[in-house]
Amino acid sequence: MKRFLIPLGIFIVLVGFLAVGLKLDPREVPSPLIGKPAPDFNLPLLSDPAKHLSPADLRGKVWLFNVWASWCASCRQEHETLLELSRQGGLPIYGMDYKDQPADAQTVLNSMGNPYVETVVDLDGRAGINYGVYGVPETYLIDKNGIIRYKLTGPLTREGLDKKIFPLVKELQK
Amino acid sequence: MRLLTILLALLLPLSVMAGEAKPVAEDPVLEQRMIALSEDLRCLVCQNESLAGSRADLAQDLRQEIREQMRAGKSDKEVITYLTQRYGDFVLYKPPLKPLTWLLWFGPFALLIGAAGGFYAYLKRRTSRLADESLSEEEKKRVAALLANDGNE
Repeated sequence: MKRFLIPLGIFIVLVGFLAVGLKLDPREVPSPLIGKPAPDFNLPLLSDPAKHLSPADLRGKVWLFNVWASWCASCRQEHETLLELSRQGGLPIYGMDYKDQPADAQTVLNSMGNPYVETVVDLDGRAGINYGVYGVPETYLIDKNGIIRYKLTGPLTREGLDKKIFPLVKELQK
Repeated sequence: MRLLTILLALLLPLSVMAGEAKPVAEDPVLEQRMIALSEDLRCLVCQNESLAGSRADLAQDLRQEIREQMRAGKSDKEVITYLTQRYGDFVLYKPPLKPLTWLLWFGPFALLIGAAGGFYAYLKRRTSRLADESLSEEEKKRVAALLANDGNE
């Protein structure tokens, strides 16, 4: 009896490892920036390049930082969710137009609607590197003290908002 | 006249021969250092390519960033720290030794030692079992008889 139990045990452990491995998404790189201060930048606004915005200006607010670009297809996919969120209010969304032509970005916002309070322009992607951006869209939740609390790579969905972001926001806005 | 024009037109391409390719970097030593370092770094977009070999946009940006930091006099270690602070240990093809990666580094050796121990125990058990199962007096006689008979019963 014991003869069979040992290989069976090894088999079950192996299947367990493989099952967990199947569910892991290799595209999802855990961000080391969670719990760290949001990297600083001082970038021109899309609406008015003469004006600049820095994360320091948003101290005291819980805000969503959405990195997007006009050339990015999955950004269109999440656009509706972002619009809905901005209509709903309560959580201001700031955008960063990543490695893009500002004119193209403005065209997208004009035709699809603008969910952002403001959008900053990161022409050369330097600010993006500081945030560890590797695939747009990426979304960061930043708390009142300017600490990054959550990062999502890939399009934002209604489900993701309800499950992950809203509970966190509720906690952080206290 | 017409012939002359055609001949001249045929000669025209000669005047626009390709010049020699320009060197990619102004500083070959620095470029070499950058490539050596980025061989050990993972491109985050394509994941199975090194930062040195990837043609992804982000990889180009990161190479540029590394180049600039090296030009500013930063050591390889400082550049790596800069990258891991933003992208995590995931960018490293050689994971650092820390409690989280102990299993990764020592797991194979632990497995080898365990397997060797198991094999040793198995061999020991087998020898003792073989010793137990020696022939009885009657069987020994039969063996002797068989051998004397050259195997023909």
